[in-house]
Amino acid sequence: MEQPVIQTSGLSIGYAGKSGKRKALHEELYLTLFPGETTCLLGLNGAGKSTLLRTLCGFQPPVKGGIRLMGKPLEAYSQAERSLLTGVVLTEKTNAGGITVYELVSLGRHPHTGFFGRLKKHDREVIENSLEAVGMVHKSDSYVSELSDGERQKAMIAKTLAQECPIILLDEPTAFLDITGRIETMILLRKLATEQQKSILLSTHDIDQAIRMGDRLWLLEKGSPMVCGTPEDLILKGVFETFFGKEQMVFEPLSGRLNVKTARTPIGLEGEPLTSHWVGNALIRNGWQAAETGPPPCINCISKDRIILKLPGGRQKETSSVEELLVEMKTLRPVQT
Amino acid sequence: MKLSFFSALLVLLFMLSLAYGAVPIPVESVLDILLGREAERMSWQHIVLQSRLPQSVTAVLAGASLAVSGLLLQTLFRNPLAGPSILGISDGANLGVAAVMLCLGGLPGRLAEGLVSGYPAIILSAFAGACAMLGLILYFSSKVRNNVMLLIIGIMIGYLASSVISILNFYASADKVHTYVMWGMGSFSGVSSEQLPLFTVCTLAGLAAALLLIKPLNALLLGELYAANLGVPIRRTRMYILLCTGLLTAITTAFCGPVSFIGLAVPHIARLSLGSSNHKTLLPLTLLAGSCTALLCTILSAPPGMDLILPLNAVTPLIGAPVILYVIVNRKTIQYFN
Repeated sequence: MEQPVIQTSGLSIGYAGKSGKRKALHEELYLTLFPGETTCLLGLNGAGKSTLLRTLCGFQPPVKGGIRLMGKPLEAYSQAERSLLTGVVLTEKTNAGGITVYELVSLGRHPHTGFFGRLKKHDREVIENSLEAVGMVHKSDSYVSELSDGERQKAMIAKTLAQECPIILLDEPTAFLDITGRIETMILLRKLATEQQKSILLSTHDIDQAIRMGDRLWLLEKGSPMVCGTPEDLILKGVFETFFGKEQMVFEPLSGRLNVKTARTPIGLEGEPLTSHWVGNALIRNGWQAAETGPPPCINCISKDRIILKLPGGRQKETSSVEELLVEMKTLRPVQT
Repeated sequence: MKLSFFSALLVLLFMLSLAYGAVPIPVESVLDILLGREAERMSWQHIVLQSRLPQSVTAVLAGASLAVSGLLLQTLFRNPLAGPSILGISDGANLGVAAVMLCLGGLPGRLAEGLVSGYPAIILSAFAGACAMLGLILYFSSKVRNNVMLLIIGIMIGYLASSVISILNFYASADKVHTYVMWGMGSFSGVSSEQLPLFTVCTLAGLAAALLLIKPLNALLLGELYAANLGVPIRRTRMYILLCTGLLTAITTAFCGPVSFIGLAVPHIARLSLGSSNHKTLLPLTLLAGSCTALLCTILSAPPGMDLILPLNAVTPLIGAPVILYVIVNRKTIQYFN
């Protein structure tokens, strides 16, 4: 396996508490970040996601233990040298509304330019390539204030690309984005990881996206040891259930989704795959649980407009939509607790 | 483009400020006097060289200094309503000057006469006062992250300084109070030809230092964490910016009194006319616009047809306050606010 770009050993992260004593949030972290991989950091609010990211960025010192960056201890680098290795996208509000996207991305050249920050030909090429990589060339001359949230995030990512560092750390890059913005950003980050061999670490609340797009997940929870691994392995090992299976919530390993925990009555479901998948979805919402087909009541999905509900006593109702089916099922049993 | 416009405006206003005043002098004669040729009347030569030229040069330098320190503070505190007078820095300088003028006797007094009519003491005390205020603001800025709160803290500290000044005023003799009050009205005519070189050197040094900060200032547009990630040493840069602001504000305040609104409003005039927050062009433009505004205020302080000179601080709000009101009302559509 390739050499990790970030490696921590026995790392404790935390913040300065009262009377100057440093309080550790998490202890004994052994983490590795590899080039060409997208790693998603998942955890509820207050789990310490931002603290971990800030510590890895060097914004705040670790409570204990060490971080190795490209094989060398983090402290061995000067601030200027670090700025050539790690680029960040933060949740911090910027005052950059009055500069153009091009100027914003050119700020990423800061570690490379001289005292007065003059851009040379090579710098301009890097800036243009960065804009190209995130698909924002057409917006180069727009003011940052004119961008949508998603475009703003892309511009910030282009800034880290212009910085030309192998590691990109992002603090909830998709938090304020709409659904298309979220997907676009995640696809972009994956593309950068695979095509430019960047090592990408992002914190997120979006379990769905993380499972789909992350090469590796880091699960962080207050008061319990951190768990790392490939998303599928973590699901199969049942780690998600313990992490997110809180009082009212349950993680469903089959769909990879969190759901509200309720008592469900099983009901047989069979038929055309797409229709039965979505009928199953509607059943879950209404207090049922799709199961192997058996004695009535059970449902047979012939096609999307022929769904047959078999009732006890040999009766059966044919419905032409999920909505109708649900109406019929209400007579069968009162739903929802 | 915008730079050359403001440069041309600066030259125009400069000539106008020399020609215009209680005694109008034709522009040709002003040019003659400046070029060392004989003027029509000897008195004109005296007025231009001894009175108006130092005043105009002072206005150019002081306006630039105040505007640039306003811009630096607005970028550093990431608050477009920051400025030397709002953050209590001018008040600090005031307090220093008040302490010297009212307690030690500043301008008059035999002891003070030896020190070039007390000016070094006043400058030093203004600088010390401004730096003390900056230090306080800096201390609070590490405690209080919220910029509006920080601004209010600045205003509160300013009130505290004013209250100490009131106490000093109360116990000082009438003539000292009068000197202090006159100084407090602000004026670009207080710098004599003898003091001008010192004033020029100090302000130019401060302005040059500000020009060297352009790169980190641009990085600070993204906020301190982003700037740190781009390799900007935050603590040191903050320090440089505040020292630079302190020097510029203190020097101007010591020589010209606490001049209001130029530091607050001119950066907005510059940003609005330039349409960019990029300090590479914004800083030079702010500098020029500051000089222009100061000259304009000087010209306006001698209203035509009236034989009187208005205090400078009666004129600066006429230009400054509408700009700030405009900016606040239109903040939703102004790019640099979003």
